[in-house]
Amino acid sequence: MTNETVWKLITVFAILFVTLNVAAFLIWLERRLLALWQDRYGPNRVGPFGLLQVVADMVKVFTKEDWIPPFADKPVFVIAPAIIMLTIITAFAVIPFSPGIEVVNLNVGLLFFLAMSSLGVYSVAFAGWSSASKYSLLGGLRAAAQMLSYEVFMGLSLTGVVMLAGSFNLEDIVNAQKGMWFFVPQFVGFVVFFIAGIAETHRLPFDLPEAESELVAGFHSEYSGMKFGMFFVGEYLGITLISALIVTLFFGGWMGPVLPPIVWFTIKTFFFICVFILLRASLPRPRYDQLMSYGWKVMLPLSLLNLLVTGGILLATGK
Amino acid sequence: MNITFYLTAVVAVISTFMVITRRNAVHALLYLVVSLLSVALIFLILGAPFIAALEVIIYAGAIMVLFVFVIMMLNLGPQSVAQEGQLLSPGIWVGPVILTALLSGELLYVLLRTPGRVFNITTVSPKLVGMALMGPYVLGVELASMLLLAGLVGAYHLGRKDRSDGGAS
Repeated sequence: MTNETVWKLITVFAILFVTLNVAAFLIWLERRLLALWQDRYGPNRVGPFGLLQVVADMVKVFTKEDWIPPFADKPVFVIAPAIIMLTIITAFAVIPFSPGIEVVNLNVGLLFFLAMSSLGVYSVAFAGWSSASKYSLLGGLRAAAQMLSYEVFMGLSLTGVVMLAGSFNLEDIVNAQKGMWFFVPQFVGFVVFFIAGIAETHRLPFDLPEAESELVAGFHSEYSGMKFGMFFVGEYLGITLISALIVTLFFGGWMGPVLPPIVWFTIKTFFFICVFILLRASLPRPRYDQLMSYGWKVMLPLSLLNLLVTGGILLATGK
Repeated sequence: MNITFYLTAVVAVISTFMVITRRNAVHALLYLVVSLLSVALIFLILGAPFIAALEVIIYAGAIMVLFVFVIMMLNLGPQSVAQEGQLLSPGIWVGPVILTALLSGELLYVLLRTPGRVFNITTVSPKLVGMALMGPYVLGVELASMLLLAGLVGAYHLGRKDRSDGGAS
């Protein structure tokens, strides 16, 4: 093996290790921050600041009985939680964490992310279907329709960025933000992408697929043990992925003064993760028809308009 | 490069065969997704990364999800699986097998007659695809968009609430 291959392998495993641990750590962070914003304590007993709560939870979830209901469609039931982990972790491959630290420098990197996120829908849909329970099925149906609708303008909102940078390559997109971060000229695109990102990770306020007040636990009602754990960690991985992408596409990626690039990337990503959690702490859940009509009647025209205006300006300035 | 191509092709053929023979509609769809993914990989190997990505996003990621959605809505039970089983009786295979055997024989003949070719790969960038679509093939793009618009208007018409008979409400 050459030196380069070894370095690449180290990067791959480091990124895998860090992202998985960040996702696990987020479980604790979310509970603490939610508690803070709602004037409670949150988990503060196990270890310093309750940090070892994650370890305790992990021990619990790994040793729980892994129960597959006899009425479930077994192969699909087993595959479903694997799909969400697989697609999200694979999508991390194209993110440039800092110059040189990335798994692949793909020339269609942005499309690769969109492809992986659109494949992630199967996880939730198949989990809902294979459980053969009405609550799960309803959750799965909601998830399929919601993620499909919000994917449409998630892609559209990114075209503005691609037009400005002139490339689908994420590293090129970061480098194109040397003069000005893209959230200034693409503010509408940023807002639309952020909202679509919340819907894609089905987080509150868009967590209708697992709305616990109506559907028990939605698509993962029948799951237990580590299979449930994978949906749980997958959700936090999704948040990390969307936050990292927002930073890469709209907030200059690794760029920033004084501090090393990887630190800047981490700080910015962490900020957006906290915004995700703040949204959960503060917003109520809309009705399902409100969610769909909001998507198709507000977000879609808005992103099309953004596309038109960006195209017009680029054409007029002759870039 | 050759090995990856043949491996992917084998996966594509096997998964497509499984799509036809599965009795459970969702299982068939899962294999169809695998089949589409392998076709996308073949596009990538043959030097069309943009089309490969679009294949995954549009076919595997959107159209197939709609299929899954409809099948979930129908919520087919065990009796439909039994019904599917009757549909695929051995007798029904005869006709299609003879016809496709003829076609694949022809294909093999043509392939074997022409001397072995080396993959001549030129990577097609997204920009080139866009320029080709908006340049020489612009008529096709316009026709496709009109067709889609017609579909959209039709769906809107079907989904519209009827105002004439709901006078009381």
